[in-house]
Amino acid sequence: MRALFAATFAVATAIAFAFLLLPIVAIFSRVPIGHLFAQLDDPVTLDALAVSLKTSAIAHACVLLFGTPPAYLLARRRFPGRAAVLTLVELPLVLPPAVAGIGLLVAFGRFGLLGRHLHAAGIDIGLGTQTAVVLAVAFVESPFYLRGAVAAFEAVDDDLIAAARTLGAGPWRVFLRIALPLAAGGLGAASALALARGLGEFGATIIFAGSLQGVTQTLPLAIYAQFDQNLDVALAIGALFILVGVGILIALKVFGWVRFVSISPFRPAASTSS
Amino acid sequence: MGSLRLDLTVPTRGFDLELALELGAETVALVGPSGAGKTTVLRAVAGLVRPARGTIECGGETWFAAGVDVRPEDRAVGYVFQEYALFPHLSVEQNVTFAGGRLDGLLDRLRLAHLANAKPRELSGGERQRVALARALARRPRVLLLDEPMSALDPHTRGAVRAELHDLLRELGLPTLLVTHDFEDAAVLADRIGVLADGRLHQLGTADDLLATPADDVVASFAGANVLPGVAAPTPDGLTTIRLDAGGTIFSTARAVGAVDVVVYPWDVSLGLTAPDDSALNHLADEIVSVGRLGNRVRVRLRTLTAEITAASAERLTLQPGRRVIVGFKATATRLLPRA
Repeated sequence: MRALFAATFAVATAIAFAFLLLPIVAIFSRVPIGHLFAQLDDPVTLDALAVSLKTSAIAHACVLLFGTPPAYLLARRRFPGRAAVLTLVELPLVLPPAVAGIGLLVAFGRFGLLGRHLHAAGIDIGLGTQTAVVLAVAFVESPFYLRGAVAAFEAVDDDLIAAARTLGAGPWRVFLRIALPLAAGGLGAASALALARGLGEFGATIIFAGSLQGVTQTLPLAIYAQFDQNLDVALAIGALFILVGVGILIALKVFGWVRFVSISPFRPAASTSS
Repeated sequence: MGSLRLDLTVPTRGFDLELALELGAETVALVGPSGAGKTTVLRAVAGLVRPARGTIECGGETWFAAGVDVRPEDRAVGYVFQEYALFPHLSVEQNVTFAGGRLDGLLDRLRLAHLANAKPRELSGGERQRVALARALARRPRVLLLDEPMSALDPHTRGAVRAELHDLLRELGLPTLLVTHDFEDAAVLADRIGVLADGRLHQLGTADDLLATPADDVVASFAGANVLPGVAAPTPDGLTTIRLDAGGTIFSTARAVGAVDVVVYPWDVSLGLTAPDDSALNHLADEIVSVGRLGNRVRVRLRTLTAEITAASAERLTLQPGRRVIVGFKATATRLLPRA
């Protein structure tokens, strides 16, 4: 029976790993790393790379700027409805990106809830604009950042915040000198994860912004556009994503190491009185 | 002269904490079991917990009253947190100067100058305590709040650190509220001790007061005494006999009738292997549960009470858990507290 157990689990493990690794191996078997950059030297790819880098950078900056304050408040304040807000924040995680795309369309598109007023004011955000790409990327990646950032701020010891306050620090000083540096590791990890998700965004972008080369065609959209015309280019972009993904995973591990752990070597057993 | 006055009601889990206390330039220790609300008192004074009602005044300034609630950052308190709450990403010097004040020789005074650039995780327990004190003092507080300042120390350094803290508190002359669950720490560090349990102050007095005339069984057991419940009745020769609930009968020179708690201090209890022929009236057979060494003394926990004897005696008698011994104490070493 022991042998059967070992054999069953070994076979299942082998199948799982082979299944997960085979597509990656297949891509690199078609695109040797040495030829990768040569394949990427293609106008469609270079345009897509430029669009992706620009829109991701802007979207990510917005997510950090507008995501960090609410994450801090959600982590430190207790208020009625907090659990509901936290659940709402996670909703985009479980939504199909296509749903996010049509949602953004009816909100910000030319005939959308807010979009029609913007259109009246001469601002068009919808199909074929880079602003639309930025919105789609930000919408899809923000829950990844918010979730990690809330957890990072929650991990900061309450007594450290209280100590800073008793030492005369107002809310800005507490945030900038204590909470932000102590949450930095977790914020970095959340940021890297969100950035990776944003770079890979496909469904919401193609529905809301379209796939216009040099304007809204990001790298994932370029793979889709190229795979029936020039498979080698599509594969080269795929290989590039794998390398970036591996880089981000390594970065996550590194951020994991710089977490500040408890400074006390031991905790006394019977001394808490609240 | 600085002073701190509080008269508070703070709702906590399970009960309302009520406390009225006034202290001048002295150290008052709040002792009591875990969950009695000791830390809540400190947090309320610091402004970290909001009382339901009451007043907090410090040096003529009102920090809390109806319609007044001064923010924690605007109350001049020096708070030393239980695990010290040093900022782990800042050096010793950055921790101490966090409040914005100048060092003013604080690092020298607390023997921290050579550690100025060290991070908290590189420090020993005693050093961390001194950093926490220096940081609290750099704020120029009008009141010091110390939450279990001795609890994160290992037993070897405890005595020396405690003596040093005692001298520092005397030298500072600040109103100081100290929270501890250890009566011995309270007795050494504080001028007065308040016993806090079940949300109220059972007694406030010097360590000697609490030992000599405990107000009730809670105070007596916290002062380190054995509390043995029983029923008292007078004897014809002027003594009191008490039938213990746990079994056995003892005599006391104190007078009481009815349900009582018999208070006996561990250092008044002797142990023997056979019933001795001495002047002590009270002898009980009991079994050893544990034997713990405290310097040159040994604390022997038995089923009904605790005895404290010299280490030499403990060795001579070869005391160990499970061993049956005869417990002895004089009728004059007992106090009787009528039970409510």
